[in-house]
Amino acid sequence: MATKTYLQAISDGLREEMRRDSRVFLIGEDIGVYGGAFKVTQGFLQEFGEDRVIDSPLSETAIVGSCTGAALMGMRPVCEMQFSDFVSCAFDHLVTVAAKQHYRVGTPVPIVVRLPSGGGFSGGPFHSQNPEGFFAHCPGLKLVCPATPADAKGLLVQAIRDPNPVLFFEHKHLYRRIKGEVPDGEHTVEFGKARVHREGTDLSVITYGAMVYTAEEAATAVADKDGTSVEIIDLRTVTPWDKQAVLDSVAKTSKVLVLHEDTHTSGFGAEIAATIAEEAFENLDAPVARLTAPDTPVPFSPPLEKAFLPQVEDVVAAIDRLSAY
Amino acid sequence: MAIAREATPVSSAADIKDADLDREDLLQIYRNMLVTRGIEERGHILYRQGKIPGSFYTGRGNEGAAVGVATAMRADDVGTPIQRDMGVHVTRGTEVWRIFAQYMGRRDGLAMGKDGNIHLADFRLGLIAMVSHLPALMPVAVGCALAFKIRKEPRVAVAWSGDGAMARGDAHEAMNLAGVHRLPVVFICDNNQYAYSTPNRLEFGVDHLADRAAAYGFEGVVVDGCDVLTVYREAHRAIEKARQGGGPTLLELVTLRMEGHAVHDDAFYVPRELLEAYTKKDPIERYRRWLKEQAFLDEESDDAITVEVKKLLNDAMKRAEDSPLPDPSELEVGVYAEPEELDTPHHM
Repeated sequence: MATKTYLQAISDGLREEMRRDSRVFLIGEDIGVYGGAFKVTQGFLQEFGEDRVIDSPLSETAIVGSCTGAALMGMRPVCEMQFSDFVSCAFDHLVTVAAKQHYRVGTPVPIVVRLPSGGGFSGGPFHSQNPEGFFAHCPGLKLVCPATPADAKGLLVQAIRDPNPVLFFEHKHLYRRIKGEVPDGEHTVEFGKARVHREGTDLSVITYGAMVYTAEEAATAVADKDGTSVEIIDLRTVTPWDKQAVLDSVAKTSKVLVLHEDTHTSGFGAEIAATIAEEAFENLDAPVARLTAPDTPVPFSPPLEKAFLPQVEDVVAAIDRLSAY
Repeated sequence: MAIAREATPVSSAADIKDADLDREDLLQIYRNMLVTRGIEERGHILYRQGKIPGSFYTGRGNEGAAVGVATAMRADDVGTPIQRDMGVHVTRGTEVWRIFAQYMGRRDGLAMGKDGNIHLADFRLGLIAMVSHLPALMPVAVGCALAFKIRKEPRVAVAWSGDGAMARGDAHEAMNLAGVHRLPVVFICDNNQYAYSTPNRLEFGVDHLADRAAAYGFEGVVVDGCDVLTVYREAHRAIEKARQGGGPTLLELVTLRMEGHAVHDDAFYVPRELLEAYTKKDPIERYRRWLKEQAFLDEESDDAITVEVKKLLNDAMKRAEDSPLPDPSELEVGVYAEPEELDTPHHM
């Protein structure tokens, strides 16, 4: 075990998988000479050469589409959207071709799309989004949203070995801020298994990605304030999602807050809330609560963006409302 | 002003010798074109009998273009044919009864009833199934070529599109990426002059779609798509050039769509004179005449081939009608692939 940043863990996972499996190659904008906009692939061109680290033209459809073709020919492509926002340019390919190919004609499409996502840096409407909600509605894709460095590495390796198209959302705000123990060498994390980030008895917060840490700060704050014991469930993967872990936590605490950074309406939280209402109604002592970004584009100016993103004090207030119910 | 080269027609037996085709190859091309048209003619019958759900699409008039290109591909080359390219599936050896089963939504269709009409492909034959959003498979073919280049395999990918689909961004992104990396891919544009009801003049502003190749740094060729041998020769040249590391080529195969966009469309918007002109250029009639003129085919062998093709089609129809419909329990099967599937011949 070594302590690493979230970014280093992603980079290590990618590098180790490329050393292990010559079928793995990378394609994306500025990933070679420049090492990627966030430097995840720094040094990769030197180690693996330009056949396996391909600087592509500015062409998201061709990047993801060519990954599908190479995957059908037996390769294991990993592409990078420079910012997750730009995946909108490849939306058609992902939902029309990659997601449906196996169901339609039985041919697996083992590709990974890496998506630096999330806000908090005044990136504005086009460099800050969390587009997992669009894709959660599309059968055939898998969606991964790691929160910890260990999960970032383990889930990325798992994604590369998965026989389906996997969208790997790596939160930019975690890249250098979050450090943690990461197993050396071979490390995989199974999809669809949530992680209990913090044990608690009074109330459950169901979340993923960067909001795990927002929830953690809020949980510490309410524990210090009035002793409220908050359980935090980190889903780790949105598709498939660990329904059982959520229902188990709800059965234990009877109150639940669903939290995510994506916008509200038809966000993945709606699916979680509906499922709890359908399958755990008898266990609830309060209505399921949701805390998300509002239904607006991500604004640029700091006070607006701060108001947009769920803050620790917003989570504390939501917990207090649930506690008082 | 046209930029692309215009292919000169094949006319003599000497041209054929250059193209490396013997008599059996020439007759196989003929058979494949007859089977192709026969499948779609019988599809019309099945449709009228109410046995084909949804709509029904044909490639009448495109048989020479499709068979010509597919004949030029090697067994380990791959391709992404579109809805006018039944001849590609036939030439690559797709089981005809499974095509009829596909039309009728049966379990033995190549899409197991999950998808219909010509959204089919036998992956074991190096074909990748199209989607409706054309030309979405152009970048996919480019990715196949990228894999061949990375692994240094002497294989070529063939990417099909239509004249209408060439207006979409996927076409640009695919050809640009292929041009940048000089990938072993050949772009085929089936220009049948109409995208549904929209004529060429409302789809593009250049003289020929093949002119666009110059913008991506490779050669474009305009070919008479009704002439199977010229199509074969140009496809063969382009494919072998790609195999030798010479990069992509864009071949524009000009035909006329002789039926509607789909079976519901009577194509009233296609001028009668144009239809008459292309009826005279019918690729099968034209090729049959040529085979007879060059003494590759006599009446007796023509009759024998016709009988053989008819039997093949009748047997295939019967077998397809015996194929069961899928069971509703199969609805949710196959949304995701399982890890062990990666070790099957699905991956080439």
